[in-house]
Amino acid sequence: MGMTVVQKILARASGRGAVAVGDVVEPAVDLAMSHENGALVINQFLEVFRGTGREPALWDASRIAIVFDHRVPAESPKTATNQKKVREFVAAHGIAKFHDIRGDRGGICHQILPENGYVRPGAVVVGTDSHTTSHGALGAFAFGIGATEMASVWTLGYAVNVEVPATIRVEVRGALADLVEPKDLILHLVGVLGAAGATFRVLEFHGEAIRAMPTSGRLTLCNMSVEAGATAGIVPADAETLRYLRDEAGVTEPVQPVVPDPDAAYERVVEVDASALAPQIACPHTVDNVRPVTEVAGKHVDQIVIGSCTNGRLDDLATAARILRGRTVAAGTRMLVFPASGRIYQEALAAGYVADLVRAGAVVMNAGCGPCLGVHEGALGDGEVALSTTNRNFKGRMGNPASEVYLCSPAVAAASAVSGTITDPRQGGGR
Amino acid sequence: MTTARVVQALGDDVSTDVIYPGRYMATVLPTETPQYAFADLGAFNAKLKAGSVPAGSVIVAGKNFGCGSSREQAVSTLKGHELVIVASSFGRIFLQNAVNLGLRLVEAPGAAASEGDELEIGPAEVVNRTTGKRYAVRPLPAARQAIVDAGGLIPYTRRRLLERAAKR
Repeated sequence: MGMTVVQKILARASGRGAVAVGDVVEPAVDLAMSHENGALVINQFLEVFRGTGREPALWDASRIAIVFDHRVPAESPKTATNQKKVREFVAAHGIAKFHDIRGDRGGICHQILPENGYVRPGAVVVGTDSHTTSHGALGAFAFGIGATEMASVWTLGYAVNVEVPATIRVEVRGALADLVEPKDLILHLVGVLGAAGATFRVLEFHGEAIRAMPTSGRLTLCNMSVEAGATAGIVPADAETLRYLRDEAGVTEPVQPVVPDPDAAYERVVEVDASALAPQIACPHTVDNVRPVTEVAGKHVDQIVIGSCTNGRLDDLATAARILRGRTVAAGTRMLVFPASGRIYQEALAAGYVADLVRAGAVVMNAGCGPCLGVHEGALGDGEVALSTTNRNFKGRMGNPASEVYLCSPAVAAASAVSGTITDPRQGGGR
Repeated sequence: MTTARVVQALGDDVSTDVIYPGRYMATVLPTETPQYAFADLGAFNAKLKAGSVPAGSVIVAGKNFGCGSSREQAVSTLKGHELVIVASSFGRIFLQNAVNLGLRLVEAPGAAASEGDELEIGPAEVVNRTTGKRYAVRPLPAARQAIVDAGGLIPYTRRRLLERAAKR
Protein backbone atom coordinates (compact mmCIF):
# COMPACT_ATOMS: atom_id res chain seq x y z
CA MET A 1 0.00 0.00 0.00
CA GLY A 2 1.33 3.44 -0.93
CA MET A 3 1.77 6.33 1.46
CA THR A 4 0.29 9.82 1.73
CA VAL A 5 2.59 12.85 1.96
CA VAL A 6 2.46 12.95 5.75
CA GLN A 7 3.12 9.21 6.02
CA LYS A 8 6.20 9.62 3.81
CA ILE A 9 7.44 12.56 5.89
CA LEU A 10 6.91 10.69 9.17
CA ALA A 11 8.62 7.56 7.81
CA ARG A 12 11.67 9.56 6.79
CA ALA A 13 11.77 11.58 10.04
CA SER A 14 11.49 8.52 12.24
CA GLY A 15 13.99 6.42 10.31
CA ARG A 16 11.54 3.84 9.01
CA GLY A 17 10.89 2.52 5.54
CA ALA A 18 7.15 2.93 5.91
CA VAL A 19 4.52 3.88 8.45
CA ALA A 20 0.81 3.04 8.63
CA VAL A 21 -2.06 5.01 10.13
CA GLY A 22 -2.09 4.54 13.91
CA ASP A 23 1.61 3.66 14.21
CA VAL A 24 3.31 5.51 17.04
CA VAL A 25 6.47 7.28 15.92
CA GLU A 26 8.95 9.79 17.31
CA PRO A 27 9.81 12.02 14.35
CA ALA A 28 12.92 14.17 14.37
CA VAL A 29 11.91 17.84 14.30
CA ASP A 30 13.34 20.07 11.56
CA LEU A 31 11.97 23.36 12.87
CA ALA A 32 10.47 24.30 16.26
CA MET A 33 8.72 27.67 16.47
CA SER A 34 7.43 29.69 19.40
CA HIS A 35 6.19 33.25 19.87
CA GLU A 36 5.70 35.14 23.13
CA ASN A 37 4.70 31.86 24.77
CA GLY A 38 8.38 31.02 24.51
CA ALA A 39 8.39 32.46 28.04
CA LEU A 40 6.39 29.44 29.23
CA VAL A 41 8.45 27.06 27.09
CA ILE A 42 11.61 28.35 28.79
CA ASN A 43 10.02 27.82 32.20
CA GLN A 44 9.09 24.21 31.34
CA PHE A 45 12.44 23.54 29.65
CA LEU A 46 14.33 24.56 32.79
CA GLU A 47 11.94 22.37 34.79
CA VAL A 48 12.91 19.30 32.70
CA PHE A 49 16.55 19.71 33.76
CA ARG A 50 15.81 20.46 37.41
CA GLY A 51 17.36 17.86 39.70
CA THR A 52 19.23 16.11 36.87
CA GLY A 53 22.60 17.67 37.67
CA ARG A 54 22.83 18.74 34.03
CA GLU A 55 23.04 22.18 32.52
CA PRO A 56 19.94 22.96 30.44
CA ALA A 57 21.01 22.42 26.83
CA LEU A 58 18.99 22.88 23.64
CA TRP A 59 19.18 19.96 21.23
CA ASP A 60 19.90 22.29 18.29
CA ALA A 61 19.57 26.07 18.53
CA SER A 62 19.69 26.41 14.74
CA ARG A 63 16.36 24.57 14.43
CA ILE A 64 14.54 26.81 16.89
CA ALA A 65 12.69 29.93 15.76
CA ILE A 66 11.19 32.57 18.02
CA VAL A 67 8.99 35.33 16.62
CA PHE A 68 7.30 38.03 18.68
CA ASP A 69 3.89 38.72 17.18
CA HIS A 70 1.01 38.27 19.59
CA ARG A 71 1.46 41.46 21.60
CA VAL A 72 3.71 43.79 19.62
CA PRO A 73 4.72 46.34 20.69
CA ALA A 74 4.10 45.11 24.25
CA GLU A 75 0.72 46.17 25.62
CA SER A 76 1.67 45.77 29.29
CA PRO A 77 4.67 45.63 31.62
CA LYS A 78 3.97 41.91 32.10
CA THR A 79 4.28 41.19 28.39
CA ALA A 80 7.33 43.42 28.07
CA THR A 81 8.99 41.53 30.94
CA ASN A 82 8.18 38.15 29.36
CA GLN A 83 9.60 39.38 26.04
CA LYS A 84 12.73 40.58 27.85
CA LYS A 85 13.21 37.14 29.45
CA VAL A 86 12.85 35.43 26.09
CA ARG A 87 15.31 37.89 24.50
CA GLU A 88 17.88 37.10 27.22
CA PHE A 89 17.40 33.34 26.72
CA VAL A 90 17.76 33.74 22.94
CA ALA A 91 21.06 35.60 23.40
CA ALA A 92 22.38 33.14 26.00
CA HIS A 93 21.59 30.08 23.85
CA GLY A 94 22.50 31.51 20.43
CA ILE A 95 19.09 31.23 18.75
CA ALA A 96 19.67 32.94 15.39
CA LYS A 97 16.14 32.54 13.97
CA PHE A 98 14.84 35.20 16.32
CA HIS A 99 12.52 37.93 15.06
CA ASP A 100 12.15 40.73 17.57
CA ILE A 101 9.81 43.71 17.35
CA ARG A 102 11.11 45.44 14.22
CA GLY A 103 9.53 47.21 11.28
CA ASP A 104 11.79 45.53 8.73
CA ARG A 105 12.14 41.85 9.64
CA GLY A 106 9.49 41.38 12.30
CA GLY A 107 5.97 40.10 11.80
CA ILE A 108 3.62 37.19 12.32
CA CYS A 109 5.33 33.83 12.84
CA HIS A 110 3.29 32.11 10.12
CA GLN A 111 4.55 34.61 7.56
CA ILE A 112 8.09 35.06 8.93
CA LEU A 113 8.85 31.32 8.71
CA PRO A 114 7.93 30.90 5.03
CA GLU A 115 9.27 34.23 3.79
CA ASN A 116 12.68 33.57 5.33
CA GLY A 117 12.94 30.10 3.80
CA TYR A 118 12.88 28.35 7.18
CA VAL A 119 10.25 25.84 6.01
CA ARG A 120 11.04 23.24 3.34
CA PRO A 121 8.99 20.53 1.66
CA GLY A 122 9.16 17.26 3.58
CA ALA A 123 10.12 18.93 6.87
CA VAL A 124 8.59 18.24 10.28
CA VAL A 125 7.60 21.59 11.77
CA VAL A 126 6.12 22.07 15.24
CA GLY A 127 4.97 25.34 16.75
CA THR A 128 3.39 26.46 20.00
CA ASP A 129 0.54 27.93 18.02
CA SER A 130 -2.46 26.10 16.61
CA HIS A 131 -2.11 27.85 13.24
CA THR A 132 1.27 26.18 12.71
CA THR A 133 -0.77 24.12 10.23
CA SER A 134 -0.09 27.06 7.86
CA HIS A 135 3.31 25.65 6.88
CA GLY A 136 1.75 22.65 5.19
CA ALA A 137 1.40 25.12 2.30
CA LEU A 138 5.05 24.38 1.51
CA GLY A 139 4.62 20.61 1.62
CA ALA A 140 5.83 20.25 5.22
CA PHE A 141 4.10 18.31 8.01
CA ALA A 142 3.41 21.16 10.43
CA PHE A 143 1.32 20.96 13.57
CA GLY A 144 0.58 22.87 16.75
CA ILE A 145 1.74 21.72 20.18
CA GLY A 146 1.63 23.09 23.72
CA ALA A 147 4.46 24.79 25.57
CA THR A 148 5.42 21.75 27.67
CA GLU A 149 5.60 19.59 24.56
CA MET A 150 7.84 22.24 23.00
CA ALA A 151 10.10 22.08 26.05
CA SER A 152 10.33 18.34 25.40
CA VAL A 153 11.26 19.00 21.74
CA TRP A 154 13.88 21.58 22.78
CA THR A 155 15.41 18.89 25.02
CA LEU A 156 15.14 15.76 22.88
CA GLY A 157 14.90 17.01 19.27
CA TYR A 158 11.92 14.85 18.46
CA ALA A 159 8.21 14.79 19.17
CA VAL A 160 7.33 11.99 21.57
CA ASN A 161 4.58 9.49 20.85
CA VAL A 162 3.05 10.85 17.64
CA GLU A 163 0.32 8.67 16.14
CA VAL A 164 0.42 8.60 12.36
CA PRO A 165 -2.81 10.38 11.40
CA ALA A 166 -5.28 9.32 8.73
CA THR A 167 -5.49 11.63 5.71
CA ILE A 168 -8.57 13.12 4.05
CA ARG A 169 -7.94 13.97 0.41
CA VAL A 170 -9.53 17.28 -0.64
CA GLU A 171 -9.95 17.47 -4.41
CA VAL A 172 -10.71 20.98 -5.65
CA ARG A 173 -11.59 21.08 -9.34
CA GLY A 174 -12.36 24.13 -11.46
CA ALA A 175 -11.15 27.68 -10.91
CA LEU A 176 -12.14 30.28 -8.33
CA ALA A 177 -14.16 33.13 -9.88
CA ASP A 178 -12.97 36.75 -9.68
CA LEU A 179 -13.41 38.10 -6.11
CA VAL A 180 -13.82 34.56 -4.76
CA GLU A 181 -10.69 33.72 -2.81
CA PRO A 182 -8.83 30.87 -1.09
CA LYS A 183 -10.43 32.09 2.18
CA ASP A 184 -13.86 31.34 0.74
CA LEU A 185 -12.72 27.84 -0.19
CA ILE A 186 -11.45 27.02 3.31
CA LEU A 187 -14.48 28.58 5.02
CA HIS A 188 -16.69 26.43 2.78
CA LEU A 189 -14.66 23.33 3.68
CA VAL A 190 -14.78 24.03 7.42
CA GLY A 191 -18.54 24.39 7.08
CA VAL A 192 -18.81 21.09 5.21
CA LEU A 193 -16.46 19.15 7.51
CA GLY A 194 -17.61 20.73 10.79
CA ALA A 195 -15.45 22.10 13.61
CA ALA A 196 -14.36 18.60 14.65
CA GLY A 197 -14.78 16.88 11.28
CA ALA A 198 -11.06 16.41 10.68
CA THR A 199 -9.82 15.98 14.25
CA PHE A 200 -6.71 13.73 14.39
CA ARG A 201 -6.64 13.82 10.59
CA VAL A 202 -4.64 15.56 7.87
CA LEU A 203 -6.23 17.48 4.99
CA GLU A 204 -4.20 16.88 1.82
CA PHE A 205 -5.14 19.35 -0.93
CA HIS A 206 -5.25 18.47 -4.62
CA GLY A 207 -6.90 19.56 -7.84
CA GLU A 208 -6.56 22.24 -10.48
CA ALA A 209 -7.67 25.09 -8.21
CA ILE A 210 -4.86 24.18 -5.80
CA ARG A 211 -2.24 23.84 -8.54
CA ALA A 212 -3.23 27.29 -9.85
CA MET A 213 -3.12 28.86 -6.38
CA PRO A 214 -0.11 30.91 -5.25
CA THR A 215 1.63 29.95 -2.01
CA SER A 216 -0.06 32.85 -0.21
CA GLY A 217 -3.48 31.28 -0.84
CA ARG A 218 -2.22 27.81 0.11
CA LEU A 219 -1.04 29.31 3.41
CA THR A 220 -4.62 30.51 4.00
CA LEU A 221 -6.01 27.02 3.30
CA CYS A 222 -3.55 25.18 5.53
CA ASN A 223 -3.79 27.88 8.22
CA MET A 224 -7.50 27.29 8.73
CA SER A 225 -7.40 23.51 8.35
CA VAL A 226 -7.14 23.46 12.14
CA GLU A 227 -10.61 25.05 12.30
CA ALA A 228 -11.98 21.70 11.10
CA GLY A 229 -9.96 20.12 13.89
CA ALA A 230 -7.22 18.85 11.54
CA THR A 231 -3.77 18.02 12.90
CA ALA A 232 -2.36 19.51 9.70
CA GLY A 233 -3.22 20.72 6.23
CA ILE A 234 -0.78 20.01 3.43
CA VAL A 235 -0.33 20.93 -0.21
CA PRO A 236 2.15 18.56 -1.87
CA ALA A 237 5.05 20.66 -3.12
CA ASP A 238 5.05 21.49 -6.83
CA ALA A 239 6.48 24.01 -9.30
CA GLU A 240 4.79 26.89 -7.46
CA THR A 241 6.40 25.80 -4.18
CA LEU A 242 9.82 25.75 -5.81
CA ARG A 243 9.16 29.17 -7.38
CA TYR A 244 8.11 30.62 -4.01
CA LEU A 245 11.14 29.21 -2.19
CA ARG A 246 13.55 30.44 -4.85
CA ASP A 247 12.03 33.83 -5.73
CA GLU A 248 10.36 34.94 -2.51
CA ALA A 249 12.14 33.05 0.26
CA GLY A 250 15.69 33.24 -1.08
CA VAL A 251 16.33 29.48 -0.91
CA THR A 252 19.27 28.66 -3.15
CA GLU A 253 20.00 25.03 -2.32
CA PRO A 254 18.11 22.19 -4.04
CA VAL A 255 14.67 21.33 -2.69
CA GLN A 256 13.11 17.87 -2.89
CA PRO A 257 9.29 17.82 -3.09
CA VAL A 258 7.47 14.97 -1.35
CA VAL A 259 4.41 13.73 -3.24
CA PRO A 260 1.92 11.01 -2.34
CA ASP A 261 2.10 7.55 -3.90
CA PRO A 262 -0.54 6.97 -6.59
CA ASP A 263 -2.03 4.16 -4.46
CA ALA A 264 -1.89 6.07 -1.16
CA ALA A 265 -4.76 5.18 1.16
CA TYR A 266 -7.07 8.04 2.09
CA GLU A 267 -9.73 7.81 4.76
CA ARG A 268 -12.07 9.58 2.36
CA VAL A 269 -12.14 12.07 -0.48
CA VAL A 270 -13.96 15.41 -0.26
CA GLU A 271 -14.67 17.04 -3.61
CA VAL A 272 -15.29 20.73 -4.17
CA ASP A 273 -16.14 22.57 -7.38
CA ALA A 274 -14.26 25.86 -6.98
CA SER A 275 -16.05 27.48 -9.91
CA ALA A 276 -19.43 27.10 -8.15
CA LEU A 277 -18.23 28.78 -4.97
CA ALA A 278 -19.60 32.14 -3.75
CA PRO A 279 -17.90 34.32 -1.14
CA GLN A 280 -18.49 32.73 2.28
CA ILE A 281 -19.08 34.10 5.77
CA ALA A 282 -18.52 32.28 9.08
CA CYS A 283 -21.18 33.59 11.44
CA PRO A 284 -20.93 33.82 15.25
CA HIS A 285 -19.86 31.97 17.36
CA THR A 286 -18.25 28.99 15.62
CA VAL A 287 -16.06 28.85 12.53
CA ASP A 288 -18.17 26.07 10.99
CA ASN A 289 -21.32 28.24 11.03
CA VAL A 290 -20.70 29.12 7.38
CA ARG A 291 -23.15 30.66 4.89
CA PRO A 292 -22.82 32.25 1.45
CA VAL A 293 -22.43 36.04 1.71
CA THR A 294 -25.77 36.48 -0.03
CA GLU A 295 -27.54 35.13 3.07
CA VAL A 296 -26.04 37.66 5.48
CA ALA A 297 -25.59 40.66 3.17
CA GLY A 298 -26.89 43.94 4.57
CA LYS A 299 -25.89 43.40 8.20
CA HIS A 300 -24.33 46.51 9.76
CA VAL A 301 -20.63 46.24 10.65
CA ASP A 302 -18.92 48.41 13.29
CA GLN A 303 -15.37 47.26 12.65
CA ILE A 304 -13.61 45.72 9.65
CA VAL A 305 -10.29 43.95 10.21
CA ILE A 306 -7.95 42.89 7.41
CA GLY A 307 -4.81 41.05 8.42
CA SER A 308 -3.54 38.13 10.54
CA CYS A 309 -1.68 34.92 9.72
CA THR A 310 -4.70 33.98 7.61
CA ASN A 311 -5.10 37.02 5.34
CA GLY A 312 -2.47 39.71 5.89
CA ARG A 313 -0.33 38.96 2.84
CA LEU A 314 0.52 41.20 -0.08
CA ASP A 315 -2.19 39.90 -2.42
CA ASP A 316 -4.75 40.32 0.39
CA LEU A 317 -3.73 43.97 0.79
CA ALA A 318 -3.72 44.37 -3.00
CA THR A 319 -7.32 43.14 -3.18
CA ALA A 320 -8.37 45.53 -0.42
CA ALA A 321 -6.54 48.45 -2.05
CA ARG A 322 -8.08 47.67 -5.45
CA ILE A 323 -11.58 47.83 -3.95
CA LEU A 324 -10.99 50.86 -1.73
CA ARG A 325 -8.95 53.00 -4.12
CA GLY A 326 -10.73 56.34 -4.54
CA ARG A 327 -13.53 55.31 -2.17
CA THR A 328 -14.01 55.81 1.54
CA VAL A 329 -14.80 53.68 4.54
CA ALA A 330 -18.47 54.25 5.46
CA ALA A 331 -19.30 56.60 8.33
CA GLY A 332 -20.18 54.51 11.37
CA THR A 333 -17.67 51.83 10.42
CA ARG A 334 -13.97 51.73 11.26
CA MET A 335 -11.38 49.72 9.41
CA LEU A 336 -8.10 48.29 10.74
CA VAL A 337 -5.39 46.73 8.58
CA PHE A 338 -2.53 44.60 9.94
CA PRO A 339 0.08 43.45 7.39
CA ALA A 340 1.46 39.98 8.16
CA SER A 341 5.11 41.06 8.21
CA GLY A 342 7.44 44.01 7.99
CA ARG A 343 8.47 42.89 4.55
CA ILE A 344 4.87 42.83 3.35
CA TYR A 345 4.34 46.27 4.90
CA GLN A 346 7.27 47.61 2.89
CA GLU A 347 6.05 45.95 -0.31
CA ALA A 348 2.56 47.37 0.26
CA LEU A 349 4.08 50.83 0.76
CA ALA A 350 6.07 50.53 -2.45
CA ALA A 351 3.02 49.33 -4.41
CA GLY A 352 0.92 52.22 -3.11
CA TYR A 353 -1.56 49.94 -1.28
CA VAL A 354 -0.94 51.56 2.09
CA ALA A 355 -1.67 55.01 0.63
CA ASP A 356 -4.88 53.72 -1.01
CA LEU A 357 -6.06 52.22 2.27
CA VAL A 358 -5.13 55.18 4.47
CA ARG A 359 -6.74 57.69 2.06
CA ALA A 360 -9.91 55.60 2.19
CA GLY A 361 -9.94 55.97 5.96
CA ALA A 362 -8.42 52.68 7.08
CA VAL A 363 -6.02 52.66 10.03
CA VAL A 364 -2.92 50.73 8.96
CA MET A 365 -1.22 49.23 12.01
CA ASN A 366 2.12 47.50 12.50
CA ALA A 367 2.56 43.87 11.50
CA GLY A 368 1.33 41.50 14.20
CA CYS A 369 -1.60 39.45 15.43
CA GLY A 370 -3.47 42.60 16.46
CA PRO A 371 -7.11 42.24 17.46
CA CYS A 372 -7.53 38.66 16.18
CA LEU A 373 -7.31 37.12 19.63
CA GLY A 374 -8.35 40.09 21.71
CA VAL A 375 -5.05 40.69 23.46
CA HIS A 376 -4.51 44.26 22.39
CA GLU A 377 -5.69 46.91 19.95
CA GLY A 378 -9.02 47.04 18.17
CA ALA A 379 -11.28 45.98 21.03
CA LEU A 380 -15.03 45.86 20.33
CA GLY A 381 -17.74 47.56 22.35
CA ASP A 382 -20.73 45.75 23.84
CA GLY A 383 -23.14 44.67 21.11
CA GLU A 384 -20.73 45.62 18.30
CA VAL A 385 -20.18 43.56 15.17
CA ALA A 386 -16.82 42.88 13.56
CA LEU A 387 -16.24 41.53 10.06
CA SER A 388 -12.74 40.15 9.90
CA THR A 389 -10.36 38.23 7.65
CA THR A 390 -8.92 36.48 10.72
CA ASN A 391 -9.50 32.83 11.59
CA ARG A 392 -11.70 32.49 14.67
CA ASN A 393 -15.04 33.89 15.81
CA PHE A 394 -15.53 32.12 19.14
CA LYS A 395 -17.41 34.04 21.79
CA GLY A 396 -15.03 36.59 23.29
CA ARG A 397 -12.37 35.91 20.66
CA MET A 398 -11.72 39.60 19.96
CA GLY A 399 -11.76 40.40 23.66
CA ASN A 400 -15.44 41.13 24.32
CA PRO A 401 -17.92 38.27 24.87
CA ALA A 402 -20.76 40.75 24.29
CA SER A 403 -19.64 41.35 20.67
CA GLU A 404 -20.02 39.32 17.47
CA VAL A 405 -17.32 38.33 14.98
CA TYR A 406 -18.04 37.35 11.36
CA LEU A 407 -15.19 35.92 9.25
CA CYS A 408 -14.66 36.57 5.55
CA SER A 409 -12.19 37.11 2.70
CA PRO A 410 -10.28 40.36 2.07
CA ALA A 411 -12.57 41.16 -0.90
CA VAL A 412 -15.70 40.86 1.24
CA ALA A 413 -14.08 42.87 4.03
CA ALA A 414 -13.06 45.71 1.73
CA ALA A 415 -16.38 45.87 -0.12
CA SER A 416 -18.19 45.86 3.22
CA ALA A 417 -16.01 48.70 4.52
CA VAL A 418 -17.31 50.91 1.73
CA SER A 419 -20.98 50.16 2.42
CA GLY A 420 -20.72 49.69 6.20
CA THR A 421 -22.72 46.47 5.84
CA ILE A 422 -21.80 42.91 4.89
CA THR A 423 -21.52 43.14 1.11
CA ASP A 424 -20.99 40.67 -1.73
CA PRO A 425 -17.94 42.08 -3.54
CA ARG A 426 -19.36 40.79 -6.83
CA GLN A 427 -22.43 43.06 -6.40
CA GLY A 428 -21.15 46.58 -6.86
CA GLY A 429 -18.95 46.71 -3.78
CA GLY A 430 -16.06 45.19 -5.69
CA ARG A 431 -14.19 46.34 -8.74
CA MET B 1 -13.81 4.57 40.44
CA THR B 2 -14.45 8.12 41.64
CA THR B 3 -17.67 9.88 42.49
CA ALA B 4 -18.06 13.61 41.98
CA ARG B 5 -20.61 16.31 41.37
CA VAL B 6 -21.10 18.25 38.16
CA VAL B 7 -20.21 21.87 38.83
CA GLN B 8 -20.82 23.18 35.31
CA ALA B 9 -22.60 21.80 32.23
CA LEU B 10 -21.61 23.20 28.83
CA GLY B 11 -22.43 22.49 25.16
CA ASP B 12 -20.40 21.64 22.05
CA ASP B 13 -17.27 23.41 20.80
CA VAL B 14 -16.20 25.05 24.08
CA SER B 15 -13.16 26.91 22.77
CA THR B 16 -9.93 27.83 24.54
CA ASP B 17 -11.08 31.45 24.14
CA VAL B 18 -13.94 30.62 26.51
CA ILE B 19 -11.85 28.49 28.90
CA TYR B 20 -9.03 31.04 29.11
CA PRO B 21 -9.62 34.32 27.23
CA GLY B 22 -6.75 35.59 25.09
CA ARG B 23 -6.47 38.84 27.00
CA TYR B 24 -4.99 36.92 29.96
CA MET B 25 -2.40 35.10 27.88
CA ALA B 26 0.44 37.28 29.15
CA THR B 27 -0.03 35.29 32.35
CA VAL B 28 1.72 31.98 31.72
CA LEU B 29 2.73 30.34 35.00
CA PRO B 30 0.49 27.47 36.16
CA THR B 31 0.56 29.01 39.63
CA GLU B 32 -1.07 32.19 38.28
CA THR B 33 -3.48 31.00 35.56
CA PRO B 34 -6.25 29.48 37.76
CA GLN B 35 -7.74 32.89 38.60
CA TYR B 36 -8.81 33.42 34.97
CA ALA B 37 -10.60 30.09 34.38
CA PHE B 38 -13.79 30.78 32.40
CA ALA B 39 -13.29 34.49 33.07
CA ASP B 40 -16.19 35.40 30.76
CA LEU B 41 -18.58 33.04 32.59
CA GLY B 42 -18.68 35.40 35.55
CA ALA B 43 -20.64 33.30 38.05
CA PHE B 44 -18.59 30.13 37.44
CA ASN B 45 -15.32 32.06 37.61
CA ALA B 46 -16.41 33.66 40.89
CA LYS B 47 -17.31 30.25 42.34
CA LEU B 48 -13.92 28.81 41.36
CA LYS B 49 -12.03 31.79 42.74
CA ALA B 50 -13.97 31.65 46.02
CA GLY B 51 -12.58 28.16 46.53
CA SER B 52 -16.06 26.72 46.96
CA VAL B 53 -15.63 24.07 44.23
CA PRO B 54 -14.17 20.85 45.70
CA ALA B 55 -11.21 19.23 43.92
CA GLY B 56 -12.39 16.51 41.57
CA SER B 57 -15.57 18.34 40.59
CA VAL B 58 -16.71 17.75 37.04
CA ILE B 59 -17.36 19.92 34.00
CA VAL B 60 -19.59 18.10 31.53
CA ALA B 61 -19.52 19.19 27.90
CA GLY B 62 -20.43 18.04 24.39
CA LYS B 63 -18.12 17.42 21.49
CA ASN B 64 -14.85 19.20 20.65
CA PHE B 65 -14.15 20.61 24.14
CA GLY B 66 -10.98 22.72 24.08
CA CYS B 67 -11.05 23.44 20.36
CA GLY B 68 -9.01 26.35 19.06
CA SER B 69 -5.72 27.64 20.30
CA SER B 70 -2.70 25.70 21.59
CA ARG B 71 -2.51 27.89 24.69
CA GLU B 72 -1.50 25.67 27.57
CA GLN B 73 -3.08 28.10 30.02
CA ALA B 74 -6.45 26.55 29.06
CA VAL B 75 -5.25 23.33 30.69
CA SER B 76 -3.21 24.71 33.59
CA THR B 77 -6.12 26.97 34.62
CA LEU B 78 -8.40 23.89 35.00
CA LYS B 79 -5.66 21.74 36.50
CA GLY B 80 -5.15 24.44 39.12
CA HIS B 81 -8.69 23.82 40.35
CA GLU B 82 -8.27 20.02 40.02
CA LEU B 83 -11.35 19.81 37.81
CA VAL B 84 -12.25 16.71 35.78
CA ILE B 85 -13.63 17.20 32.28
CA VAL B 86 -16.16 14.69 30.93
CA ALA B 87 -16.97 15.36 27.27
CA SER B 88 -18.09 13.60 24.10
CA SER B 89 -14.78 14.50 22.47
CA PHE B 90 -11.83 16.90 22.80
CA GLY B 91 -9.79 19.14 20.52
CA ARG B 92 -6.46 17.52 19.65
CA ILE B 93 -3.97 20.01 21.11
CA PHE B 94 -6.05 20.53 24.26
CA LEU B 95 -6.16 16.76 24.79
CA GLN B 96 -2.41 16.43 24.36
CA ASN B 97 -1.77 19.39 26.68
CA ALA B 98 -4.02 17.80 29.31
CA VAL B 99 -2.10 14.53 29.06
CA ASN B 100 1.17 16.45 29.34
CA LEU B 101 0.11 18.42 32.43
CA GLY B 102 -1.95 15.78 34.18
CA LEU B 103 -5.43 17.28 33.81
CA ARG B 104 -7.94 14.43 33.95
CA LEU B 105 -10.07 14.14 30.81
CA VAL B 106 -12.77 11.52 30.35
CA GLU B 107 -13.99 10.95 26.79
CA ALA B 108 -17.52 9.59 27.08
CA PRO B 109 -19.50 10.11 23.85
CA GLY B 110 -23.03 11.32 24.49
CA ALA B 111 -22.48 11.89 28.21
CA ALA B 112 -25.17 14.22 29.51
CA ALA B 113 -25.60 15.73 32.95
CA SER B 114 -26.90 18.84 34.67
CA GLU B 115 -25.29 20.93 37.34
CA GLY B 116 -25.50 19.14 40.68
CA ASP B 117 -25.78 15.64 39.18
CA GLU B 118 -23.59 13.01 40.78
CA LEU B 119 -21.32 11.05 38.44
CA GLU B 120 -19.50 7.81 39.04
CA ILE B 121 -16.42 7.79 36.82
CA GLY B 122 -14.74 4.48 36.16
CA PRO B 123 -12.19 3.30 33.61
CA ALA B 124 -14.87 1.80 31.35
CA GLU B 125 -17.96 3.88 31.95
CA VAL B 126 -19.46 7.01 33.43
CA VAL B 127 -22.66 6.55 35.39
CA ASN B 128 -24.89 9.53 36.04
CA ARG B 129 -26.31 8.48 39.41
CA THR B 130 -28.88 11.27 39.29
CA THR B 131 -30.44 10.21 35.97
CA GLY B 132 -29.38 6.56 36.06
CA LYS B 133 -27.88 6.78 32.54
CA ARG B 134 -24.58 5.09 31.67
CA TYR B 135 -22.00 6.14 29.07
CA ALA B 136 -19.06 4.12 27.72
CA VAL B 137 -15.60 5.66 28.16
CA ARG B 138 -13.08 5.70 25.32
CA PRO B 139 -9.67 4.89 26.82
CA LEU B 140 -6.61 6.98 25.96
CA PRO B 141 -4.38 5.48 23.27
CA ALA B 142 -1.42 3.61 24.82
CA ALA B 143 1.10 6.22 23.64
CA ARG B 144 -0.66 8.93 25.63
CA GLN B 145 -1.31 6.70 28.61
CA ALA B 146 2.48 6.22 28.91
CA ILE B 147 2.88 9.97 29.50
CA VAL B 148 0.08 10.00 32.07
CA ASP B 149 1.69 7.01 33.83
CA ALA B 150 5.03 8.83 33.97
CA GLY B 151 3.33 11.68 35.86
CA GLY B 152 3.20 14.04 32.89
CA LEU B 153 5.47 15.10 30.05
CA ILE B 154 8.12 16.85 32.16
CA PRO B 155 9.07 13.72 34.17
CA TYR B 156 8.64 11.64 30.99
CA THR B 157 11.06 13.87 29.05
CA ARG B 158 13.47 14.01 32.00
CA ARG B 159 13.56 10.22 32.03
CA ARG B 160 14.18 10.06 28.28
CA LEU B 161 16.96 12.63 28.61
CA LEU B 162 18.70 10.61 31.31
CA GLU B 163 18.26 7.33 29.40
CA ARG B 164 19.87 8.90 26.35
CA ALA B 165 22.74 10.29 28.42
CA ALA B 166 23.29 6.84 29.99
CA LYS B 167 23.54 5.22 26.52
CA ARG B 168 26.39 7.46 25.48
